[in-house]
Amino acid sequence: MRLSAWRPGSKRWALATALALGVLALAGCAQTPQSVLSPAGPVATTELQVISLGFWIMLGVGVVVLGLLLAIIFRFRARKNDDALPEQVEGNTRLEFAWTIIPVLLLAVLAVPTIKDAFAAASPPNPSTALPVTVVGHQWWWEFDYPTLHIVTADEMHIPAGTQVAISLQSVDVIHSFWVPRLAGKLDAVPGRTNSMWLEAAQPGTYAGQCAELCGTSHALMRLSVIADSPSAWSAWVQKMQHPQNTQPTSGAAQAGFKDFSTAGCSACHTIDGTSYKGTLGPNLTNLGLRVGIAADNLANNDANLAKWLANPPAIMPDVDMPNLHLTQQQIADLSAYLEGQK
Amino acid sequence: MAAVSERVHPRQYARPGEQPGLWGWLTTVDHKRIGIMYMLAACVFLFFGGAEAFLMRLQLAVPNNTLISASTFNELFTMHGLTMIFFVVMPLSSGFMNYVLPLQIGARDVAFPRLNTLGLWLTIGGGLILYTSWFMGGAPDAGWFNYAPLNSPPYTGTGIDFYVVGLMVAGLGSLMTGINFLTTIVNMRAPGMHPMRLPMFVWTTVLTSLLLIFAMPALTADLILLFFDRFFGTGFFNPAVGGNALLWQQLFWIFGHPEVYILIMPAFGIISEVIPVFSRKPLFGYSSMVFAVMAIGFMSFMVWSHHMFTVGYGPLVNSVFAITSMLISVPTGVKIFNWLATMWGGRIRFTTAMMFATAFIATFTIGGFSGVMLASAPADLQYNDSYFVVAHIHYVLVGGALMALFAAGYYWYPKITGRLLSESLGKWNFWLLFIGFNVTFFPMHFLGLLGMPRRVFTYAPNLGLNTWNYVATLGVFVLAAGFVMYLVNLLWAWKNGAPAGNDPWDARTLEWSTTSPPPAYDFASIPLVRGRDPFWVEKTTGNGQMIPVDTAGADEGDAHHAGKVHVPAPSALPLCLTLALVVAGYGSLLRIWIIAVIGILAMFFCLFRWMFDKDPGEMLDVVPTGGEHA
Repeated sequence: MRLSAWRPGSKRWALATALALGVLALAGCAQTPQSVLSPAGPVATTELQVISLGFWIMLGVGVVVLGLLLAIIFRFRARKNDDALPEQVEGNTRLEFAWTIIPVLLLAVLAVPTIKDAFAAASPPNPSTALPVTVVGHQWWWEFDYPTLHIVTADEMHIPAGTQVAISLQSVDVIHSFWVPRLAGKLDAVPGRTNSMWLEAAQPGTYAGQCAELCGTSHALMRLSVIADSPSAWSAWVQKMQHPQNTQPTSGAAQAGFKDFSTAGCSACHTIDGTSYKGTLGPNLTNLGLRVGIAADNLANNDANLAKWLANPPAIMPDVDMPNLHLTQQQIADLSAYLEGQK
Repeated sequence: MAAVSERVHPRQYARPGEQPGLWGWLTTVDHKRIGIMYMLAACVFLFFGGAEAFLMRLQLAVPNNTLISASTFNELFTMHGLTMIFFVVMPLSSGFMNYVLPLQIGARDVAFPRLNTLGLWLTIGGGLILYTSWFMGGAPDAGWFNYAPLNSPPYTGTGIDFYVVGLMVAGLGSLMTGINFLTTIVNMRAPGMHPMRLPMFVWTTVLTSLLLIFAMPALTADLILLFFDRFFGTGFFNPAVGGNALLWQQLFWIFGHPEVYILIMPAFGIISEVIPVFSRKPLFGYSSMVFAVMAIGFMSFMVWSHHMFTVGYGPLVNSVFAITSMLISVPTGVKIFNWLATMWGGRIRFTTAMMFATAFIATFTIGGFSGVMLASAPADLQYNDSYFVVAHIHYVLVGGALMALFAAGYYWYPKITGRLLSESLGKWNFWLLFIGFNVTFFPMHFLGLLGMPRRVFTYAPNLGLNTWNYVATLGVFVLAAGFVMYLVNLLWAWKNGAPAGNDPWDARTLEWSTTSPPPAYDFASIPLVRGRDPFWVEKTTGNGQMIPVDTAGADEGDAHHAGKVHVPAPSALPLCLTLALVVAGYGSLLRIWIIAVIGILAMFFCLFRWMFDKDPGEMLDVVPTGGEHA
């Protein structure tokens, strides 16, 4: 094993950090789908390396300082009947100089990758081949807009695995923060600004994330998933999103649901591509049946959960803009058939 | 005069112009009584802030808990942060500064005694305004740093109005406290107390005061802009009408980061007093300690943007603030090493005060480590707004500031009351608090790294966050038991504590040369300061007591002739002025502008009375200094 592979900040050290912290952090839990310590892409890996470097430097200093403190506590505690006055030392210039300079040197070690990686995290290395996605924060859901593919969706961001994704972040209301820990550190979505970041998933998979900046009552429920697809799955998804099927069903419960979508008021806020439903206040619901989760990724996508959500949204997401529409059981079943049928 | 060293009820030391009972306390300008009231107020707010934290931890004990609603949870963490920062740690520090600072520099009061009283009432008034929000439409719920545009309609309700008005009133009090302490230290030191002989607690008070004076106006400016946005429909923070949401953050953190040091500076001072006394050695590297606090104070104004690494200012800005933030750990490290070197070679007596001071070194250092890790901008993109930050701030503010304030409590309680706190209850207090603190807050580092954002009222069960959240909640019970032990000790010792005498710790600074509690005039004669650690100097050179300036003949022209001492007279004006301002505050909160105008007019009336009120003061008979030594 080459020694240079163990230089601070290297991937091996990052792995060791993940192990050292992970052993403590896991405490018997098998699943940590949102963990900073298990990066799944280059940005999060680089960030873990910086975390790791800081951790080991601080652990080293910590062993010295806290070890010294413990030694002092045991060695210099007053013994019984020992009233002698200790030597009255007022200072030592050399020592004081040393413990000013040594921390500066240690910080310099940390400062180099800090600056280097601050620039590296800001923009993708190959901007021309990166997939642009505009991510828009809303109270309390994420909108994903693929300007080059003409796809708009919500809650789940599909990306091709192994491809750099250039993200433009915006907000329509308050400040949100886009955080998918296994792929990249967070960046704020600030109203009136467009912020840029990038991420890449090395392997296909589902990566959990959620809003990290307090954004109102249901901040805790503003979740999302990034789904990194294999090349074939990615082109299939793009194909389906660009040419949605079953958006205007002509028979059965789905047809009733299709009609309910306007009569019950859904279309005032929601868009279904390929129909006349063009509401923009709420998430675009095209191909809802393809999604893994609903209600800002808080509930698994199935008929029962969709029915629960439609029956009373604020009961699941307090203060959400979507009101209780007082739908009948029949309407809920029909809407569910319509929405889940699009896939 | 042995009788003097026995404990006397503090009422007996009321200044002669003061009414007995409650009115005497309400109108007092005595720095000692003001100090006690700051501490009592802080204890009351500590109860509320602690209860809020307790409820939050109960809610987070298990995933998808429904004990507390989302909106109430947001109110709880907002109020918890505001309470602990503005109405617990700041007033507790102010309390100790008020009580101890004039004694440590050999003065009989602060430079502006009435302004001092005003600072107390404004702080309490601001806290009351904030807390009445619970009964008047809901508490503020946008977090203690209250980011725009969440802090504006339509996103939040009237709770934020109480935030704006409450903090304006309390902030005014903090500003006055800063001006007052700084003036006191510059002008009222006993003869011989030149700057490089000031006790470290006084030095940290100098820096705290400077930080207050320069930082509070940034918050006030921010609050005024928000006041206009909320009450008069301007749009300083509203991008839709040309405002800038990040302007709030800029001004807030230009205040907010120095504020962190406003909270921790007094702790540095307390630790620098306690450790030398119980190690029986002088503070190691005094000069470098002084320069370290100066450097920290100065640099605290150059790091604010490290709270904003994720707002998108880009890598250049982030790099600059990452470097300045890392550098601030250098003078902080110097302080840690100097404390260790002070203990090294000493005969350390582990009283409860010293145990808290020792624990401070450990826990504050851990908070410092996570601070350096946070300063690294690319890493902070992961840490920021996660529970890692929650862990960090609590290691700095509980493991740092509060640990030191506990040390101060055990150290100075005998001076304030004349009785010692129980050491056996103290040990229970310490261990419960120390263990409870670490069990509660250390797991939060892990929670942050596992991807738990802060300020969430719940979390999904499948994120691997369950175990450590449960552990943290268990820790809170132990922590709470620690606080209860302290309260029990305070109450028990008030009547039953062993008499302390003037100098129970064989201490080094001037406050220990006078009686416990000190007389209304603090010192019968102004002491002559002949070195750093002036009381220690006299004890080790065989005097055993301070040499009065009068007999030393060094200060003949001063007003304190033997037998009579001049002290300022009590005044109801600070209380009236505060009430007027509080009325004006409620007028604007209720949008009943006529009440606001009446309140403001009443405030100006009080101000004019104040300006043209000639205070002849009181002449006090004093007990000769000779009786004061231990």
